Amino acid sequence: MKLTRDQVKHVARLADLPLTDEEEEKYSQTISKILDYVEQLNQVDTSDVEPTFNVTGQNNVFREDTTDACLSQEEVLSNAPKKKNDMFETKGVFEKE
Amino acid sequence: MTSLSLGGYMSNQKYEPVIGLEMHVELNTKSKMFCRCSADYFGREPNTHTCPICLGLPGALPYINKVAIEDCIKIGLALNCTVSEKSLFERKNYFYPDLPKGYQISQYRWPLCVNGWIEVDDGDGNKRKIRINRVHQEEDTGKLTHSGGVTLIDFNRSGVPLVEIVTEPDFHDVDTVRNYAKKLQRLFRYLGVSNADMERGDMRLEANVSVRPVGQKELPGYRVELKNINSFRFMVAAIEYEIKRQIKELEEGWTLKQETRGWDEDKKSTYLQRSKEEAHDYRYFPEPDLPEIRMKSDEIGKIRKSLPELSWDKQNRFIEEYGVKKSDAEILTELTELAEFFEVTVEHGKKHGVDAKAVANYIVNKKPNISVVLPTQIIEELKGKKVGVIENMGELGELADEVISENPAMVGVYKKGKVTVIQVLIGAIMRKTGGKVNPNKIREILKEKLR
Repeated sequence: MKLTRDQVKHVARLADLPLTDEEEEKYSQTISKILDYVEQLNQVDTSDVEPTFNVTGQNNVFREDTTDACLSQEEVLSNAPKKKNDMFETKGVFEKE
Repeated sequence: MTSLSLGGYMSNQKYEPVIGLEMHVELNTKSKMFCRCSADYFGREPNTHTCPICLGLPGALPYINKVAIEDCIKIGLALNCTVSEKSLFERKNYFYPDLPKGYQISQYRWPLCVNGWIEVDDGDGNKRKIRINRVHQEEDTGKLTHSGGVTLIDFNRSGVPLVEIVTEPDFHDVDTVRNYAKKLQRLFRYLGVSNADMERGDMRLEANVSVRPVGQKELPGYRVELKNINSFRFMVAAIEYEIKRQIKELEEGWTLKQETRGWDEDKKSTYLQRSKEEAHDYRYFPEPDLPEIRMKSDEIGKIRKSLPELSWDKQNRFIEEYGVKKSDAEILTELTELAEFFEVTVEHGKKHGVDAKAVANYIVNKKPNISVVLPTQIIEELKGKKVGVIENMGELGELADEVISENPAMVGVYKKGKVTVIQVLIGAIMRKTGGKVNPNKIREILKEKLR
């Protein structure tokens, strides 16, 4: 299965990864190889098999609605590269342009 | 561009709006959806209600809040949905700074509740059936503040349980949209699952708006998503504007495109939003960290039994049982507390000959503070106002005779010419009846008898 350059660009954008032209070319080759490898699984007929999303076999694992102590504000912000007014600071995202 | 002249399109009868709604409602559980952090985040110090789970730190595992699931099912049942036997959480993948994990735990192919409906009044008071596509469970995101070219993040809201209610595109006017939102707000409060305060963002609305020529059955080939509009009032304004804008564009021969638009309150117009995730490619897949939910019919039955009388049922009952006007019934059922106060007052009124309609009238018009005023006080006041006035002439005559025979001295004074003492006799009748007599009428009767 051959992945086009446009598909690589699309996937990179979804993953929020900036790629150079060379990388785009390189990944269209290497990701295609991975897909080919996975493609082999399609040889097995699984039409009668329900997909397995969870291997524990458990269901209805709930907790009661009770609260517990949270992390302190200091701890929470201790790894923040940038902070301001007790909040995480990130580059501006604007909903309007 | 800002001042689209839309007046002429107001009364356009050639096009019919087609509107579908997505409503998010924040549940008022004690703890968050997948962790034990307090969900009571509003107005708290930033980043004081978080833990590794709701911050999306590596290795943290989610743990489902049972009450949130029950609340979601309650909403679904009230909206006549089928509760799914099997339900799964999935990851909705996208990047935005308010989403620490890089995905939101939501539901997609296996929502908790599906295929419901609700009846809503349109602007003319006709009942419209709105189909509910799904009621599903998910988690809220953090809160962003944009200031001085940077964006600040507070994760207190991250992971607060959120229920999403999606309708089919069954709305054709803004009044129905407004009534739907009000009806759901009331429902959430009756169920006690959310404070449903629109100003605080407990309830958020997104709308898909398109228009089609009247008579066309198929859905239009495009829809405009109205998003990120935080106030309900603005959403209604945006839908109204959007309908007119789209009709104008079509009339001018343009083809409308699928797009997301926001609301500019200053310009009172919608604007094209350049969304970061232009393609809706969320790559949903089942959340491997959460086991599936299996609902058995007896469990669903138990939740169904726990539902209170719903606002619209109560409203109908007030109309049928008490003969209350529809508009009054609507006001009386706004809050369960008020409805209860009304019923207690009616019960008390029965013993004193005050009828339910008078009680309804009083509560609707006088708006007594029900946490201070007692039902008995209202009945007293209504009696003082001569509600339930004695009109029967025979009864009034008997009352007059009674008072005359009980007050021979006064009658003597009256007969000697001091006619003002008739007031004393009227006063006596008032006391006897608790004020349920028209004084002018009884005066005439007394005069007649004393002649």
